[in-house]
Amino acid sequence: MSETGIGASVRRKEDFRFITGNGHYTDDINRPGQAHAVFVRSPHAHATIKKIDVVAALKMPGVLAIYTGDDLAADKIGGLICGWMIHSKDGSPMKAGAHPALAQGKVRYVGDHVAVVIADTYAQAREAAEKVVVDYGVLPAVVDMEAAVKKGAPVVHDVASDNTVYNWHLGDKAATEAAFAKAKHVTKLDIVNNRLVPNAMEPRAAVGDYDFGSDCFTLYTTSQNPHVARLVLSAFIGIAPEHKLRVIAPDVGGGFGSKIFIYAEETICVWAAKKVGRPVKWTADRTEAFLSDAHGRDHITHAEMALDDKGKILGLRVNTKANLGAYLSTFSSSVPTYLYAPLLSGQYNIPAIYCEVDGIYTTTAPVDAYRGAGRPEATFVIERLMEVAARETGVDPAQFRRKNFVTSFPHQTPVIMCYDAGNYNAALEKALEMADYKNVGKRKRESAKKGLLRGVGISAYIEACGIAPSAAVGSLGAGVGLWESAEVRVNPIGTVEVLTGSHSHGQGHETTFAQLVSSRLGISIDNVSIVHGDTDKVQMGMGTYGSRSGAVGMSAIVKALDKIEAKAKKVAAYVLEASDKDIEFKDGKFSVKGTDKSIDFPSVALQAYIAHKFSGQELEPGLKESAFWDPTNFTFPAGVHICELEVDPQTGVTRIDRWTAVDDFGEVINPMIVEGQVHGGIAQGIGQAMHEGAIYNKDGQLLTASYMDYTMPRADDVPSYNVGMTQTRCPSNPLGIKGCGEAGAIAAPPAVINALTDAVGHENVAMPATPIAVWRAAQKAITRQAAE
Amino acid sequence: MPVVSMTVNGKAVSADVDSRTLLVQYLRENLRLTGTHVGCDTSQCGACVVHVNGDALKSCTALAVALEGADVVTIEGLAKDGKLHPMQEAFRENHGLQCGFCTPGMIMSAVDIVNRKGNKLEEKLIREELEGNICRCTGYHNIVKAIAAGAEGMAGQ
Repeated sequence: MSETGIGASVRRKEDFRFITGNGHYTDDINRPGQAHAVFVRSPHAHATIKKIDVVAALKMPGVLAIYTGDDLAADKIGGLICGWMIHSKDGSPMKAGAHPALAQGKVRYVGDHVAVVIADTYAQAREAAEKVVVDYGVLPAVVDMEAAVKKGAPVVHDVASDNTVYNWHLGDKAATEAAFAKAKHVTKLDIVNNRLVPNAMEPRAAVGDYDFGSDCFTLYTTSQNPHVARLVLSAFIGIAPEHKLRVIAPDVGGGFGSKIFIYAEETICVWAAKKVGRPVKWTADRTEAFLSDAHGRDHITHAEMALDDKGKILGLRVNTKANLGAYLSTFSSSVPTYLYAPLLSGQYNIPAIYCEVDGIYTTTAPVDAYRGAGRPEATFVIERLMEVAARETGVDPAQFRRKNFVTSFPHQTPVIMCYDAGNYNAALEKALEMADYKNVGKRKRESAKKGLLRGVGISAYIEACGIAPSAAVGSLGAGVGLWESAEVRVNPIGTVEVLTGSHSHGQGHETTFAQLVSSRLGISIDNVSIVHGDTDKVQMGMGTYGSRSGAVGMSAIVKALDKIEAKAKKVAAYVLEASDKDIEFKDGKFSVKGTDKSIDFPSVALQAYIAHKFSGQELEPGLKESAFWDPTNFTFPAGVHICELEVDPQTGVTRIDRWTAVDDFGEVINPMIVEGQVHGGIAQGIGQAMHEGAIYNKDGQLLTASYMDYTMPRADDVPSYNVGMTQTRCPSNPLGIKGCGEAGAIAAPPAVINALTDAVGHENVAMPATPIAVWRAAQKAITRQAAE
Repeated sequence: MPVVSMTVNGKAVSADVDSRTLLVQYLRENLRLTGTHVGCDTSQCGACVVHVNGDALKSCTALAVALEGADVVTIEGLAKDGKLHPMQEAFRENHGLQCGFCTPGMIMSAVDIVNRKGNKLEEKLIREELEGNICRCTGYHNIVKAIAAGAEGMAGQ
């Protein structure tokens, strides 16, 4: 392995600009003559709009224009869309209410967009926005999912009179009932998967620009997938045809799913740029981000697991209500359905599974994909059940998992997925060893001497990444294909630009993708540039989410590199006066088999462009190839995380003492970057388990709309992580990659809660397990133990 | 509108600003020093930390007019003569950043921690001292490592 090749912890090429303050994030971009947009947002969770009076606001200094939903309608600007069709059990399509970028007649959550004020400066726009007078007819809010589906509840969208988007199901109901009928033991659990706000540190932002000379729009925006944004803005919203609309996602400060979606503000900025004749900029403040970024999770679940007399799982029955908020965000419908239920089999042999999911409208912000998207929710269900079932049947939780692991591959689950490769025992054994699991009892006794309660929790997760074979997701309702594109441009002196449809917003593609190209072509990593995030440069792409950039994005690059190598061999054959079948390519050199004749890669590149050694009729000059890669299967990263913690029963304060993670991501391009992804995911998972929770009051006011109220994990809330790996190669892509971006966030929450319940005498603890929640559970356990 | 003059990254600067202009706005909008970031509006996240007269300050908490004559160093001014500051080097070497958005504030805070606490920093102390800086990407593991390494690197300065 070379110092910069595949498998090396190469220091990141992108870091220099970030550590010196030279990154270019959307809010750093300023266009000549730029004006500023501020949105008038609904202060009510649910209200009709009787009248919007903009007369006084228009007279404020610097104001250029104020637009409302009527202006969008007059320009025939379409509403925001949800791109994944889900059908209910009865075959009826999901009930998607209209989602105008500026409200038309009604607002449905606090923060909903009512009007936009555009002025010379941000301060002027903000002052004028306060002068917009909106006459609301306040309607009752509906925040709670159970309340939303009751007869007589306030109706969020007329198309869904029972506030139900769909009643969906997956699996074999009859087989599952039969499994439960013969069960020796049934473990039952009620779970709330708490609502989260993604909170990428860079707030969303947009700069819309319009060039009258060419009739072209440009949108600079904080997007994980600029091409999908262009497609939606063009084909559905109707801003401009694709060839007249350029979307640029420059440096993006984290996404975690929240920047996949096409939102109102970005749409308005690019549309308004033409109307006011000046570039229009908007940057969210943090409270706007809390109010209007798509939230994550928010499930209520009842789950049951059936066991036989030997402790083998017979079946799983799950009923979930998923809060989708006030409108269906871009991919929201898929998250609690096809990204959730197909993962309920976990790492286990479960012969029968049946899952029902009701998607519910409430007067809260839209809910969509957040790091893991459906898979953390599924993992929490199965891993909490595994813990509780093990405790109820008196088996060690590690042993209970061992007994039920899938051990042969491929393994077809009863819920769509066919696991292609893995070794679940290997990860468990390695994690137990690293965590010194065998001495937990001793450590518990030592903690007890200090008056502290120690607990240990295991989470054996699986996820489906590398999303996904286009035909497969199409058959499940996706409105798009989920391939990825790449173009490899070799310059005449042998430097290389790779254009990718993946988008990096922290993942380090500029380094890992360059490692692949460098090791494949035998050129220095410094001679490779990765270009992404601009629809005028990269023709088409599907972006970055669902841990897909390695497994799908890099596979497209491999395919393009295959074509580069084949073409370069032909050029080399002419130069070396041999047959291209006799040309070998190794370590950056083309040579004629069995001879000492050779030529290096940069020289072949030059020959390809000067084209003196071959006829242009026989071989095209130049060296540039492109490829689209459509995955052949999902990939299945899996692993075991073990959390060990100490609870102070007097205060409920919990300290995580050690964290062990063993993950199988298949082939790893850059271990340093992969470990970094694991670390970040774990912190977000610990955040969900112990700190974070978006809270609406009964009137639909978001009580946690700033960092004063919503607890973000900070450095002293999390431990150092002990990260290890096992490896089974993924058979469904050329590099054998499975994906690593979401693993930590998926694995961590049940590891924490399992450890907490272990510490507090198996009392259930809901997320977020704040000190008061832990204290109550600990006191309950102490009271119960005293009574026993 | 008042004219505010200060020294930023060793250079005398001056700008005519609205009196409510925050230091972070003065830096980003008047001086176009966009390395200093805004991640919240409640002075919690620390993405905007700069040094004012040698001490770390969240630049969203100060009015520019209150800092007439101050000596300000931003992330753009940390590297000297084209050579990275040891703390910048340590963040790169230890993969202490991912999306890079919190990074300028993290590095400026880290340098301040070393200035106040010395070159041998325990993990626990670093974690406590980072109370005012939020990162959503790294899980802090590598930031803590980077600051410990950067602190040692600064000893040789």
